Amino acid sequence: MGITQLLFWLLTTLTLGSALMVIFSKNPVYSILWLIITFFAISGHYVLLNAQFLAIVNIIVYAGAIMVLFLFVVMLMNLNMPSSPLKNKWLMFAGVISGGSLLLVLVAALKDTEAMRNGILMQTGDIGLIHNLGKVLFKDYILPFEISSVLFLSAMIGAVVIGKKA
Amino acid sequence: MTLLAFDWAFTVEKAILIAVIISISLVVAMYATYAERKVAGFIQDRRGPNRAGPFGLLQPLADGLKLFFKEEVIPTHSNKFLFILGPSLAMFTAMMTSAVIPWGGKVELGGRMVDLQVADINIGILYIFGVVSLGVYGMMIGGWASNNKFSLMAALRGASQAISYELAMGLSLIALLMLTGSLSLRTITDQQIQGNWWNIVYQPLGFLLFFICSLAECNRAPFDLPEAESELNMGYHQEYSSMKLGFFLFAEYINMFISCTVIATLFLGGYDMPFVDESQLSGVTALLVGLLALFGKTFLLIFIFMWVRWTLPRFRYDQLMNLGWKGLIPLALLNMVITGAVVLFTMK
Repeated sequence: MGITQLLFWLLTTLTLGSALMVIFSKNPVYSILWLIITFFAISGHYVLLNAQFLAIVNIIVYAGAIMVLFLFVVMLMNLNMPSSPLKNKWLMFAGVISGGSLLLVLVAALKDTEAMRNGILMQTGDIGLIHNLGKVLFKDYILPFEISSVLFLSAMIGAVVIGKKA
Repeated sequence: MTLLAFDWAFTVEKAILIAVIISISLVVAMYATYAERKVAGFIQDRRGPNRAGPFGLLQPLADGLKLFFKEEVIPTHSNKFLFILGPSLAMFTAMMTSAVIPWGGKVELGGRMVDLQVADINIGILYIFGVVSLGVYGMMIGGWASNNKFSLMAALRGASQAISYELAMGLSLIALLMLTGSLSLRTITDQQIQGNWWNIVYQPLGFLLFFICSLAECNRAPFDLPEAESELNMGYHQEYSSMKLGFFLFAEYINMFISCTVIATLFLGGYDMPFVDESQLSGVTALLVGLLALFGKTFLLIFIFMWVRWTLPRFRYDQLMNLGWKGLIPLALLNMVITGAVVLFTMK
């Protein structure tokens, strides 16, 4: 077993373990901290795939910005007390069914994709490096890229407008 | 020596380098506290610390010992684990940034090419931003776990300041990156050594913006609202005592040292000694000259940080936010557009 494989299994265990801890933690602040660890482990996977840019952007955007906002909300609402367990049995039933069907759809969609058949390029391939990724984004996919930036901009303006009203 | 198809001598080399860099950061941060008080004394026309040892040189040791021997109080109803995690995270993130800084050129020692940079990754600057954005957690977790309203409010104040100035900091760097075309700090330094001018000549506004944002990110005056001792009921570390408080304060001095090194690397030529052609010198001499140059620039910047602190009054909170969002970000955007236009019209 090479060092890459060793790291892969280590990171996978860490990812799944901390993702489970997000759900099982009683204290919401702990959940957020576990989620940050999950993001770090996923970034580790990106590094193994030689996608350093994705790895660091994942950390900056998710661990660095979005989780800080989560932490803000949890701390200000003081959700420290363990939340009461869900009483409604039917609600739990519906949750399990909808979550399960989403999982089924995802597995069905990803099962036969090219990437799964060809195996994953470990440590090789340079599409994840910033130079190549930039060229692909700004040459081949320029229209979708611009459309999504307009979407982000409108969401931002919308948030400001709503914030001003309140 | 290979085990698991892995070069272990390389690991040992990097481990030694990391240990040396961390010890240097700690010693520099320690004497930065001494320098801060001496500079304050100089500016306010008094002597500063002069009792412990010659010229008061042992003062940092005395302060450290004092912090170690103070009683350690963990408030009741606080979250003990998070209370300890806060200062640890602050120290940890302060130490992590130094990994991508090129401290000197490559040099041949004992038949190996030794690189004075822990990791030359091609996203060096983004790595620094990643670590800086994580720096907020130490503050927030520490402030919240103290179970004190004032700590929590100070933590929120500090976190929103850090997030706001991170934005302007990133935007001010984009213009620089347009010129260099690389995110690797090693490449940026090499370009400045080979080219005629340092980046500060091409990016004066970018340098100024980056410098101001570094002051804010290090919680240095005039942006030291998160730790206003008397006016705002201290800060997120109000409940901390003993060495945990020491960790929070010490992490800030390490941050100051590292961010001065980053500024020196990005804008002031890194380990480039002005008026000296490094390629003429032999390996070890060039290395020493480079280290001298880098540390000289860093210490000069640290002095300017202290000079600013003891000269300017603190901002009010709304002034701070107005400056960040309505002053620095539009300026950074303007700088970006102008640089983009110049790059477009001259380089093609």
